[in-house]
Amino acid sequence: MKLGFGLWYNGIRVGLILGAVGVLLALIGMVEAFSQRSVISEVISMGHTLLLLVGLFAGYLATKRATRTDSAYPMLTSLLSGLVVGGILSLLVLLGSLVNLRKIFINASPLLYRLLAFDLEPGGGTIVLLLFGTLSGLLGGLFYLVSPLVHRVLGISLGCMVVTGVLQDLLRPTFALWGPLAIINDWLYATNGLTLHGAASLFILIALVTYLWAKRGGTLQAGFQRLPPARQRLLRFSGWGLLALLLILLPQILGLFLSEVLTIVGLYVLLGLGLNIVVGYAGLLDLGYVAFFAIGSYTMALLTSPELGFFHFSFWGALPFAIFMGVLFGVLLGIPVLKMRGDYLAIATLGFGEIIRILVLSDFLRPWLGGAQGVGKIPKASLGAIEFGTPQQLYYLILAGCLLVGFISWRLRDSRQGRAWMAVREDEDVAQAMGINLVATKLMAFATGAGFSALSGAIFASKLGSVYPHSFNVMISINILCVIIVGGMGSIPGVILGAIALVGLPELLREFAEYRLLVYGAALVAMMLLRPEGLWPEAVRRAELHEEEAEGAEPNIPAD
Amino acid sequence: MWLIGGAILLLILWGSAATLASGRYSGYHWFDFIVFGLAQGSIYALIALGYTMVYGTLRMINFAHSEVFMGGPYTAYFVAAAFYSSGFLDQHPILSLIVVFFVSMATSTGIAVLLERVAYRPLRNSPRLVPLITAIGASFFLQYTFRGLYGSGFQAYPVVKILEGQWALGEFRILKFQAVVIIAAALMMAALYAFVQKTKMGKAIRAVSEDKEAASLMGIGIDRMIVTTFVIGGISAGAAGVLYALMFKQVHFFMGFIPGIKAFTAAVLGGIGNIPGAMLGGIFLGLVESVGPSLFLDGLGIVAPYQLKDAIAFTMLVLVLIFRPTGLLGERLAVKKA
Repeated sequence: MKLGFGLWYNGIRVGLILGAVGVLLALIGMVEAFSQRSVISEVISMGHTLLLLVGLFAGYLATKRATRTDSAYPMLTSLLSGLVVGGILSLLVLLGSLVNLRKIFINASPLLYRLLAFDLEPGGGTIVLLLFGTLSGLLGGLFYLVSPLVHRVLGISLGCMVVTGVLQDLLRPTFALWGPLAIINDWLYATNGLTLHGAASLFILIALVTYLWAKRGGTLQAGFQRLPPARQRLLRFSGWGLLALLLILLPQILGLFLSEVLTIVGLYVLLGLGLNIVVGYAGLLDLGYVAFFAIGSYTMALLTSPELGFFHFSFWGALPFAIFMGVLFGVLLGIPVLKMRGDYLAIATLGFGEIIRILVLSDFLRPWLGGAQGVGKIPKASLGAIEFGTPQQLYYLILAGCLLVGFISWRLRDSRQGRAWMAVREDEDVAQAMGINLVATKLMAFATGAGFSALSGAIFASKLGSVYPHSFNVMISINILCVIIVGGMGSIPGVILGAIALVGLPELLREFAEYRLLVYGAALVAMMLLRPEGLWPEAVRRAELHEEEAEGAEPNIPAD
Repeated sequence: MWLIGGAILLLILWGSAATLASGRYSGYHWFDFIVFGLAQGSIYALIALGYTMVYGTLRMINFAHSEVFMGGPYTAYFVAAAFYSSGFLDQHPILSLIVVFFVSMATSTGIAVLLERVAYRPLRNSPRLVPLITAIGASFFLQYTFRGLYGSGFQAYPVVKILEGQWALGEFRILKFQAVVIIAAALMMAALYAFVQKTKMGKAIRAVSEDKEAASLMGIGIDRMIVTTFVIGGISAGAAGVLYALMFKQVHFFMGFIPGIKAFTAAVLGGIGNIPGAMLGGIFLGLVESVGPSLFLDGLGIVAPYQLKDAIAFTMLVLVLIFRPTGLLGERLAVKKA
């Protein structure tokens, strides 16, 4: 009897929660916005993929809980949860066809109901929706129950398929640039989304590769280990060389729009690496980080713009001043908050960031900083005859900045300074007892982070050619924080990955832009709950956060 | 450090003296400023209660409290608008206001409780930065969820006729709705204070905030008490939200951010974790913000001082955090900051 109750309880509970998630996704307009983009042409859109994922997840979760409580019928639970998800969505469709919800929820449009009901009448549509929910729940449950190998192969190849479909705007022009590869385009893509045969062949290809990799990957790695050290080094160097070549050629391959995206990602990498020192290395949560970005930009504007006419420096002449001002303000704002810890520090720095923005915006400082209109006519950077004007040229400037800053952070991490930062991060009192000068260590972190941020700001000012106070609101600070937390605090590759995922992807998926901060917020919460070490964590931090698990020795970790 | 503090104090005194000497503002002006400051301050105080109580029990800044404050009145707006268009608002203004308040408080409470359950409870024993980052994430998630649900525009709150106009108070005149805001907020605060100080549940909450483990050994359900603090925070934020909406006549998905930070400032000002402190801190902050720009900055010859009123609040936040992090009344919870 108890088993029976557990079965019902689990299925319905998970179904209700995820059904609510589905309704929320529908009502905030995500489903509708995403359905304009097809994953597989005329078969499934991104909006439906989203709903499918909700159903799959419901089944997956229900089965996971059911198997944990030793229920005899895990499949039944998953089926039930999927049915409940479908049922809740059907209720939304029925309710929407009876009452005009649009007076309150602006996204509850007839189009949304049509999408949810698969273009059918509400009556027939709800039945299909119920079936769809049940089926997705069942599939989700099955997905949990299959062996880890199948699990991984299926997950990766389906994921790759969806990504290839979604990123067609990125991949298609890239393939088209290369004569022979253009054939892939015709095979893979219809006008909107993948073709059916393209998707199928892609799926099979990737499934095969992942399967072989899973079987053989271990031997490959072992083979690499067995090579003589000289050969290993050679291989590693050629790997780096290839990466460098790719980085240099990237804007030529990608074209104008994607190079522009790359420059934005690059600026965020710069900012992220700077904040990474403050938050990731030294553990000082700074929410007013945008202030230093603003200081760098405004110093650049003040020194170069003929509109204000105080100075007429070139970009390179002004750059050291911009960085110096950043470092100076980093120290100045760092001094008063030295004694604060944790959350007080976060709020105080948030206050600083806002004070700087309000001051720049005010009429009081207008004669010097331009007020709400900002400052324009900032000259472009140039090196000899080359002017960094177009995104493709700017890319190299930003790449150089990123490499420099990345190199500095990499060298700092294992230096005496870096170890002092990490000691402070772990425990201030112990660090002080070990003879670390807290004041110098913290100020150094603020100053270095601020300097990197000011460098980014200076490049940003010359990229746009003008600065406005509105570019420097608290959202930027939050974005950067998201980048480093999603990527992995303290990890340099993590910052790059985070910037690509959180800044690059939304630029590519325009319909995504409106939900950007929503997804950022959800990502922050989800990362903290599920994977606090980030996507590409630093080895030490991962070990720390998973100490207990390693001791508990849990062999079957789900692959994701 | 103290040099900076002294310089700021001197600047304030000098600015005030210069303003008063110039005689640009009459006594009526000052009275208006003070009443407005009191009204605004009592709203801050109501929001600050939520921050302070959650900090008391969980030792975390509930950064998403500003969205608890925004969600209530934004949802209640649709009720208010429906009442207004059907004429119910003009016929039974008191009844419909009560309903609007109730809807707002219920929504805010719902958001607060969900937030605690989904985002904070699983992280209760994790390192200090983790719940704070979660709260920041939750805050933005909620903001943009509401934006997605209700749209990104400003919604004008309907005008309540009985709250328009002025009351004469001897020589001075006082706007009706400001008086109502002050009275309503004062009543709410008195009720909450009585609840926390006089009832058994209030005692349990205080016990949890003093020492969780000892409280749990005394048979107090920790989880239930923590949820209760979120409920109280939600109720007061929901009420504050409607008062705020009535005062500024509009709601918007981003409306919570600035009042949220200011209310946090108020909570810190009064000594975080200290309930009467939060109330006093809120009123004090409201007054300084309303009187401050004209009093301190005008005399220093700063153009358009009113634009800098938020800067005053933030400066005060930073100054309090630097010079007296335990707040004006002192922290009631004598615990070491970890």
